[in-house]
Amino acid sequence: MAELWRPIRKILREPLGALGLFLVLFVIFGAVFADLLTSWDPTKINPRDRFQGPSTQHLMGTDQLGRDLFARVLHGGRIALFVALVSTAVSLVIGIVLGLIAGYGPRWLDNLMILLFDAMKSFPTVMLALALVTLMGPSLTAVMVVVVLVTVPGYARIIRTQTIALKTSEYVTAAQSMGASSARILRVHILPNVIGPLVILASMDIPVVIGIEAGMSFLGLGVRPPTPSWGSILNDGFTNIRDTAWIAIAGGVPIIITTLGFTFLGETLRDVFDPRLKGR
Amino acid sequence: MSSDPILKVEDVQVSFPVGGLGRKNAILGVAGVSFEVNRGETFALVGESGSGKTTLARAANGLQEISAGAITFEDQRIDTLDRKAMKPVRKRMSMMFQDPVGSLSPRMTVGDLVTEPFRIHGIEGRNLREEAARLLTLVGLPTSFASRFPHQLSGGQARRVGVARAIALDPALIIADEPTAGLDVSVQGEVLNLLNDLRERLGLAMVIITHNLHVVHHVADRTAVMYLGRFVEAGDTEEVFSAPQHPYTAALLSANPEPDPDKTHDRITLPAEVPSLLARPAGCEFHTRCPWAQSRCSMDAPERQVTNGRAVACHFPLEPGARPPEIVEKAAS
Amino acid sequence: MTTLRIDNLNVTFSTEAGPLHALKNVSFDVPENRIVGIVGESGCGKSTLINAILGLLADNGSVDGGSILFEGQDELTTLPPSRMRDLRGPRIATVFQDPMGALNPVISVGKQMLNIQYRSPLSKEEKLNRAVEMLELVRIPDARAALVRYPHQFSGGMKQRIAIAMALMMEPALLIADEPTTALDATLEVTTIELLKDLQQKIGCSVMFISHHLGVIAELCDDVVVMYAGEVVERGTVRQIFQDPRHPYTARLLECDPARQSERTRNLPTIPGEIPDLRARPTGCIFANRCDRVSDACSAPPPDKDIGGGHIARCFVADTPAETGVTA
Ligand SMILES: Nc1ncnc2c1ncn2[C@@H]1O[C@H](COP(=O)(O)OP(=O)(O)OP(=O)(O)O)[C@@H](O)[C@H]1O
Ligand SMILES: Nc1ncnc2c1ncn2[C@@H]1O[C@H](COP(=O)(O)OP(=O)(O)O)[C@@H](O)[C@H]1O
Ligand code: SF4
Ligand code: SF4
Ligand SMILES: [Mg+2]
Ligand SMILES: [Mg+2]
Repeated sequence: MAELWRPIRKILREPLGALGLFLVLFVIFGAVFADLLTSWDPTKINPRDRFQGPSTQHLMGTDQLGRDLFARVLHGGRIALFVALVSTAVSLVIGIVLGLIAGYGPRWLDNLMILLFDAMKSFPTVMLALALVTLMGPSLTAVMVVVVLVTVPGYARIIRTQTIALKTSEYVTAAQSMGASSARILRVHILPNVIGPLVILASMDIPVVIGIEAGMSFLGLGVRPPTPSWGSILNDGFTNIRDTAWIAIAGGVPIIITTLGFTFLGETLRDVFDPRLKGR
Repeated sequence: MSSDPILKVEDVQVSFPVGGLGRKNAILGVAGVSFEVNRGETFALVGESGSGKTTLARAANGLQEISAGAITFEDQRIDTLDRKAMKPVRKRMSMMFQDPVGSLSPRMTVGDLVTEPFRIHGIEGRNLREEAARLLTLVGLPTSFASRFPHQLSGGQARRVGVARAIALDPALIIADEPTAGLDVSVQGEVLNLLNDLRERLGLAMVIITHNLHVVHHVADRTAVMYLGRFVEAGDTEEVFSAPQHPYTAALLSANPEPDPDKTHDRITLPAEVPSLLARPAGCEFHTRCPWAQSRCSMDAPERQVTNGRAVACHFPLEPGARPPEIVEKAAS
Repeated sequence: MTTLRIDNLNVTFSTEAGPLHALKNVSFDVPENRIVGIVGESGCGKSTLINAILGLLADNGSVDGGSILFEGQDELTTLPPSRMRDLRGPRIATVFQDPMGALNPVISVGKQMLNIQYRSPLSKEEKLNRAVEMLELVRIPDARAALVRYPHQFSGGMKQRIAIAMALMMEPALLIADEPTTALDATLEVTTIELLKDLQQKIGCSVMFISHHLGVIAELCDDVVVMYAGEVVERGTVRQIFQDPRHPYTARLLECDPARQSERTRNLPTIPGEIPDLRARPTGCIFANRCDRVSDACSAPPPDKDIGGGHIARCFVADTPAETGVTA
């Protein structure tokens, strides 16, 4: 228990870290308990109640189709977090495997993979998104595939660099001298020592992922209506900005809060646990 | 020599590629070395840092590919074995590394570290927890250390963990790279006494690499002195120490710092410019620093001459107590 | 002026089995322009002391009580981390036993030596020349070619000399060296000591030098601090310590040096017994369970006895020399 508390206490000691942790927990809470926090159905159309301002009935008002914005924001948060967590997790797994292979494997394979990572990285995100959507049609899956393709090369490179550094370390040599297999060396001796900084970097990438999801949904490349997403709410808001500003606010503020929250938290994690990553 | 060699190293060379622009180059980290280690014997390797001691040890342990020569362990050629075939050999021969903390995997506990050999070799039917306790006790650490991580150990404590791991599988040969570096003299005594005790009880053979000549003097049966990847002198420890014949050995022995602030050292000082392995000096490779060098030395390389088990590679082996010519001249004028 | 004044310093590590008192009431000075050696059994807290000075204690460690005053003005125990970072490197340089701690394995040596000089106004060319000059000072062959090589391409000894070159490049006021010559052979150890002494005089810095090699301490240092189980048990000039040791631990430690055994022996002398558990320190003398001069009085904490001339030993019988004391 004390083991769990110590890092949390360290984060709380930094004002920005405490704020970040609070904001993140706030967003997660909203997404997880969306059904308890509101009884409105986020997709239920109610043309008579269009463009209402905030009231006790509709905490954030309603949109152009009379849907409850509070419910849409909460459920949009679910989508955002789902995309962020699932695609980051997938990216991490793929990045780690590729990075370990590149770093520990033969030189030619390493060179080949580096070439591949660089090619993937140099592809503009928007182009990639458009290409994929043309292929697969707009969907949540398309969003997640884009996120994975965008983040994997960076993760793989970090793991690769660290694996190369550890490959010649004395404790890896010691394991070799005892007769350990490559698989065992990677699993027991290298992986636990390269994973920490990556998780910190990945947590700092979450705002980027949320941005990609919101951006693609804004452009109509992501989740399909009527499923709520912060990006599509924002789009609704801009389309109807002359009738009411509330829709745009309801779509924009959560994005800002979440982005700030994860950024503060990620940066604090980095400063507290791995200051060497600064400037990466 | 009553010889029952457990380890036989014959004319071993190790070359490292060095990336020069355009041209492909290689340096010889070990440039043709031969020696034998008998069962129950302690063999010491001393020499300049960078002279190839660690590389030689790694080669003998099969961690470093050799580019020429042969290595035989318990009557089996091991330099040609692949990783799989090498695995059973690794049970019989263990290695202790130079950096006490750095050779321990940072996220494993001491308990896991000392029992790692059992897990690697899939040795079943032993209670690993008990084994860890047994091994820690054997090297004089409290069993409560089993739950510590390497960064929570001092250098000396980490060294003992290394010893525990090296003796876990009851090997026949231990290659120890600087086993006492970083230990204070009393713990150093304990570790050496422990290794000596194992040697006596189990007939363990040892190759010890160390910079501490006082230690070599006390524990090693035979000593070899390395310079630029070759043995310049090798023989019975007592004889080498009492009458060094190669000028480098003499310089090394005279440099040994003594624990007495008022001691006036009568040192044979060498120019510190160690030649690069990329440009080995012609003739005797020590001639650029040798106080006794003569014109012949820069032209032909001295052959290794063996008399009574004492090998020396020098055109003009020293008489006991010889002083460098300049010093003699200075004293005379 | 004293470069470093350590006064009554206490450091505790919190462990699962309770607090571990790693440093207890440690006091000594590092005067300007002097080399102070620190010796003691492994695990006695030398590295902990250094980490406390540098503000780099492990997460579970903390300074509780005492002061570390640097150059008469900076109280290191309370200095904000950002100020501490500014001091580390340019003002307080370090060389560790493991040179890889100072060297980044994936950056070439030359680049690393450039990075250290990021604050210097010199041009890149001049910085590179300075790097080559430093490498030559520590006798790396082919210094210019060495700049493009990576740390793992050097032998252990060469890496250590590169680390020394990097530490001294910014001309610090205090150099802390934790067993820097452990990996060097005797001739290079001697040249490194002479080199350190030489560089120390040129730069005019103070040095805190930790080594287990008593011969090196005797040859290099002006003053010596002897530590045991987290306490300074004796301190004085190098001659006082080596020729007139007053604390029984110091006397036994000196006797254990194989350099003092002229007869070849397989069984080297040791100090029987174990260091006490630092989580449960005895109330009396910390060395009592291994001491050959122990008496009833020793169940009370011994005083720091002043023997004169700055020679101090924490022992009841320090005013009388040990009969086992070694004569040179
Ligand atoms: N991977 C490598 N690539 C290039 N050169 C290497 C490599 N490993 C070692 N060398 C070189 O081989 C020589 C011998 O190195 P080695 O580490 O064996 O020396 P050593 O005697 O153990 O030194 P020390 O006592 O300082 O540890 C050195 O000149 C070193 O630079
Ligand atoms: N992070 C830590 N947690 C718990 N104990 C520690 C930690 N670091 C060091 N110690 C303990 O503190 C004592 C002093 O260690 P250290 O300063 O490393 O010794 P030295 O450098 O003299 O060999 C040892 O008993 C060691 O086990
Ligand atoms: S051969 Fe000549 S140069 Fe070489 S060690 Fe002997 S005397 Fe010195
Ligand atoms: S105080 Fe007593 S026990 Fe401690 S060192 Fe002195 S004589 Fe020994
Ligand atoms: Mg070595
Ligand atoms: Mg230490």
